[in-house]
Amino acid sequence: MTTYQEYLKEQRELAWRADLRKQIPAKDRTSKERVKMPEQDALQRSANHAEVNLGLTAEMAINEAQRCLDCVTPTCVEGCPVGINIPGFIKCIETKDFLGAAKVLKQTNALPAVCGRVCPQEIQCESKCFYTIKMNKPAVAIGNLERFAADFERESGNISIPEVAAPNGFKVAVIGSGPAGLAAAGDLIKAGCSVTVFEALHEIGGVLKYGIPEFRLPNYMVDVEINNLKQMGVEFITNFVVGSTASIQDLRDQGYQAFFVSSGAGLPNFMKIPGENYSGILSSNEYLTRVNLMGAAKPDYDTPVFLGKNVAVIGGGNTAMDSVRTAKRLGAKRAMIIYRRSLDEMPARKEEIHHAIEEGVEFMCLNNPLEYFADSQGRVNKMRVQKMELGEPDASGRRKPIPMEGSEYEIDVDLVVVSVGVSPNPLIPSSLPQLEMSKWGTIIVDKESMQSNISDIFAGGDIVRGGATVILAMGDGRKAAQGILEYLHEFKK
Amino acid sequence: MYKRNKMNKIVAKEILSDLVVKLEIEAPLIAKKRKAGHFVIVKIGEKGERIPLTISQADISKGTITLILQKVGVTSHKLAQLNVGDYISDVVGPLGKATHIEKFGTVLCAGGGVGIAPLLPIIQEMKAAGNRVISVLAARTKELLILEQEVRDCSDEVIVMTDDGSYGTKGLITQGMDEVIAREKVALCVTIGPAIMMKFTSMLTKKYNIPTVASLNTIMVDGTGMCGACRITVGGQTKFVCVDGPEFDAHQIDFEEMLMRLGAYKTEESEAYQAYLQKV
Repeated sequence: MTTYQEYLKEQRELAWRADLRKQIPAKDRTSKERVKMPEQDALQRSANHAEVNLGLTAEMAINEAQRCLDCVTPTCVEGCPVGINIPGFIKCIETKDFLGAAKVLKQTNALPAVCGRVCPQEIQCESKCFYTIKMNKPAVAIGNLERFAADFERESGNISIPEVAAPNGFKVAVIGSGPAGLAAAGDLIKAGCSVTVFEALHEIGGVLKYGIPEFRLPNYMVDVEINNLKQMGVEFITNFVVGSTASIQDLRDQGYQAFFVSSGAGLPNFMKIPGENYSGILSSNEYLTRVNLMGAAKPDYDTPVFLGKNVAVIGGGNTAMDSVRTAKRLGAKRAMIIYRRSLDEMPARKEEIHHAIEEGVEFMCLNNPLEYFADSQGRVNKMRVQKMELGEPDASGRRKPIPMEGSEYEIDVDLVVVSVGVSPNPLIPSSLPQLEMSKWGTIIVDKESMQSNISDIFAGGDIVRGGATVILAMGDGRKAAQGILEYLHEFKK
Repeated sequence: MYKRNKMNKIVAKEILSDLVVKLEIEAPLIAKKRKAGHFVIVKIGEKGERIPLTISQADISKGTITLILQKVGVTSHKLAQLNVGDYISDVVGPLGKATHIEKFGTVLCAGGGVGIAPLLPIIQEMKAAGNRVISVLAARTKELLILEQEVRDCSDEVIVMTDDGSYGTKGLITQGMDEVIAREKVALCVTIGPAIMMKFTSMLTKKYNIPTVASLNTIMVDGTGMCGACRITVGGQTKFVCVDGPEFDAHQIDFEEMLMRLGAYKTEESEAYQAYLQKV
């Protein structure tokens, strides 16, 4: 059996790749500057919902692709949770075979246009790039190139549908249509399974639709990638809550032989401080769902949303950045991030923090909310915060925020978005009492096969990890698909 | 097999009053799983909002559920305009926790306005479980009283109250309840209606230490526990009505907070409704 590393080596030794390496001396490649992604002007974009990053032109993409040295051991691939053949697709771009690049991406990644946009490449593939680890230079812009290839293919109108194996007779149910579910569905259908994805909401895509805003990831791009899966034969059923509309046992009776639970970590956390239930205080899930999924700010859409003038977003993760930048776009005069640690500790991507600052978001770091106040209608109008200072690093390695006595003060606010994390959605676990769970409400699975203690139930993504990233969820989906296939083949014998 | 072709067809429609409409909808999977207390989330068309509605009846053999709704805003108005043969684009459920049904003894069921619709299946199941069921129904006026006969069919006794005295006894629901409590031991009270009514019914039963369950109809978005729009305080703890409820111990509910949260989008809602009414 050839391993994936051997396959990558074989690909590298193909004549065209060897020729390409010779065309430009390595020294010339490494002396090129990393191509900067063009973006909308900060002032302009903070008033619209169009994408901030504009994408590379073909010329820019080729230039950037030339920086890639086509390493003997492509360490970048190790940094990718779904193991994309990175030099393979980049070298296609260098030869202007953009459609070929998209094909290579889709061998391992069902959603390249999504990942190219939302993956934190700086801590994944790009952190393992030769430039980063050996040359102390900016990494090859792998994410930007992935995005370029996927966008080129979509805009060309020549979208290739990956090949699907002959039907293997297995029937698998995927529960939840977020990134983990979509990745698993892609791999399972390729292997010849009959795959049905069950989604509780009226739209497919999970957090890609309700969470990540248009200015980072337009919904129609998600639909294009979902449509590819449909064309490969994946069946999607919306408005179906597994555990309520039908039980797992009902689905078994319908012939489903394995289940992938990817129901996510949808349950928002609150801080449990006084006044938190006043109107005008929303979870980031509610705020973003109203705007992104329900079209609340668009004309003719029936769902309302508060349009605050003084908006405080509590938290420092990507969801907090998405919320505060959304508030800015919906007309907030002051859009504030209130975070109890300092800028250095913020879990959000550096790029998002940088974009938010450029757009005029106020960062009130080392501040922690204590209490909310409201007018006679119960609508929030003020909050009391306390200043913090950083102490010694805690168990997580981050410096612990310590309240500064007597530093409390008040801020006028008319909308507060609480973005202090999410917990796993309890709907599926509560319908399966035998399922083994951790004390955090996550499903316990084998790390390799993603199998739970119930043999036909596999799980991955945030329901296993708590709140994590899109690409880690997709990596879990791919691993689980492998685990499910092995289980089903065993089961058949 | 689960297929999503042409679901949620309206197979029957009945106008119960000027404001209240009864729709019977094809939804075989929901009909099969639904128990008293469950609700669905309904959305009409691409630009529609998601609203919760309690299932008031279900027919497994026909594969239908019945929803009773009152025209209060854009979406309920749109729903009320639909006719037999039309489809509702999105109906999801059954959601929430089912009512806890067992033999308690005498159960007092207090329903107000359109709240009588979700109360009906609870009355039916309480009766079937061997309870003595006394129902107190209240409406502003005779024309707004719904499902009286259906409630009579499964209650041991029915007391009707109207605000204006146009039917039954003139007065508030609590007066009808008082009459029952004064004469016999009540083991449990179930109350569904406008939040302000439930606040007063539960104040009354608290005075007499009668365990009371209220079914809440808060603002919701997804209805599956992922947003917290429906959160309320019960016994000092924040609860999500869509997954922890919709039924709670009425004596623990912070009704003042709930009323305040229900009014959160009042301005937006009434502006949207006025604009909509001008268009149609």
